Amino acid sequence: MLIPLSATFLKAAEGGLASFWATISAPRVIAAYRVTFGCALVAALINTVFGVLLAWVLVRYRFPGRRLCDALIDLPFALPTAVAGIALAAIYAPKGWVGQYAADWGIKIAFTPMGITIALIFIGIPFVVRTVQPVLESMDFACEEAATTLGANRWQSFRLVVLPALIPAVLTGFALAFARGIGEYGSVIFVAGNMPMVSEIVPLLIITKLEQYDYAGANAIAVAMLGISFVMLLAINLLQAWTRRAESQR
Amino acid sequence: MIKTVPSSVQDSPLVRGVLITIALCFVGLMLILPMALVLTQALGQGFTLYLDALRDEDAQAALRLTLLAAAIAVPANLLFGVSAAWCIAKFEFKGKQLLLTLIDLPFAVSPVISGLIFVLLFGLHGWFGEWLRAHDLKIIFAVPGIVLATMFVTFPFVARELIPVMQAQGTDEEEAATTLGASGWQTFWRVTLPNIKWAVLHGVILCNARAMGEFGAVSVVSGHIRGLTNTLPLHVEILYNEYQTVAAFSVASLLMLLAVVTLVLKAVIEAKAAHSGRV
Repeated sequence: MLIPLSATFLKAAEGGLASFWATISAPRVIAAYRVTFGCALVAALINTVFGVLLAWVLVRYRFPGRRLCDALIDLPFALPTAVAGIALAAIYAPKGWVGQYAADWGIKIAFTPMGITIALIFIGIPFVVRTVQPVLESMDFACEEAATTLGANRWQSFRLVVLPALIPAVLTGFALAFARGIGEYGSVIFVAGNMPMVSEIVPLLIITKLEQYDYAGANAIAVAMLGISFVMLLAINLLQAWTRRAESQR
Repeated sequence: MIKTVPSSVQDSPLVRGVLITIALCFVGLMLILPMALVLTQALGQGFTLYLDALRDEDAQAALRLTLLAAAIAVPANLLFGVSAAWCIAKFEFKGKQLLLTLIDLPFAVSPVISGLIFVLLFGLHGWFGEWLRAHDLKIIFAVPGIVLATMFVTFPFVARELIPVMQAQGTDEEEAATTLGASGWQTFWRVTLPNIKWAVLHGVILCNARAMGEFGAVSVVSGHIRGLTNTLPLHVEILYNEYQTVAAFSVASLLMLLAVVTLVLKAVIEAKAAHSGRV
């Protein structure tokens, strides 16, 4: 594992720093970074909201179809990404099941950054649900009951009692969904349209460079991406450690 | 595990109704709709066309290659996962944290980059490229590369599943077995394995689903040679890009079947594990 990874870094160093920088700061590459990180961020934020809501509904409420819903949450883990990609592309294309209604309003979903975001929502949702759900399940009702006794309404006791206890899990889920979104390739390329500067993602750019036998270029972009991902994961880890410390001091 | 919610902290019926509706809409729109679409597209032109698409020679070859890659990658990672989890959970040693981080690596790295790593190592201009060519061995754009990439990507599944379970169980039972005169192998076979069997199965199923469905990493190393280095997911891509929609969705429906079987098995295993009290 270590050897292959160091191979990428060494290979990048081979070409010299100047050409490395020239490759990763080309306008097309910068645009791809913006699309990748922007879409992954938006998708992860949407997933955080819906993920917490889904976890809450699955843990706290009983309704017909609950177990089916629970099992289906893992679908994005089990479904090959290429299948998800072609299905989403067909649904959100201008003539597709959902796309035709959006087209009536003059909105294009597939083959734009919006399509990428939808694919990343699909890919990321189980990460948030599956990190928040166990915490909610093991949570004691006592604090909430106490809050109610002290006169808090349901929303207040959710916001002030439940949510603070959930924050580490929510942050972790967000981080996992975000990290997965940055690297995702299979489901995105079908629905993205892959137009340079507009809807081209970084992993695709790496593949394009490879197909042109530009190994140094592909590698430089990959190293830059690895670097950014690692910095972000580190930041998120620190954030979590800080949340846990705050928790234990309370 | 169903806990009854005390009435004082129950949400009002209105809130409950609204939240359940939103949740069902999300699941319906994001998760069920794509599955429904794959089925209607695959079967929309009739059952004969569907079967024809699956009987196609290239599709059959892709199926065989996918099964082969999974048949090698899953047992290899099972073996590795169990031994890695065993080391981490039952022994103390330096560099443990590093090993844990490395095991997680394939999850953190984009699959495309995982594939790229192998091209850089074994490709024509890679580190071992010259040597491989001198010995007339082909890894990249050939079956070994696909198997290697699949192994790399699915490498964390079993280990990740087992480490927390084995750590939670500690070493008491193993120590008791050793005191009673069991050999290392007997201890593993009679004490450790029964304790972790559901976690192992769970990991294997997820590992298998990913191995058969992997796209990004395999796409980089495969070279897309029909009938030779094409796995099922790559075959779906080729058909789709050639506007052979029915065929693409027919092959996709096979992979969807795999996903559904995976989810069902997973639910069954989780129920059994909860029942036996050992998750």
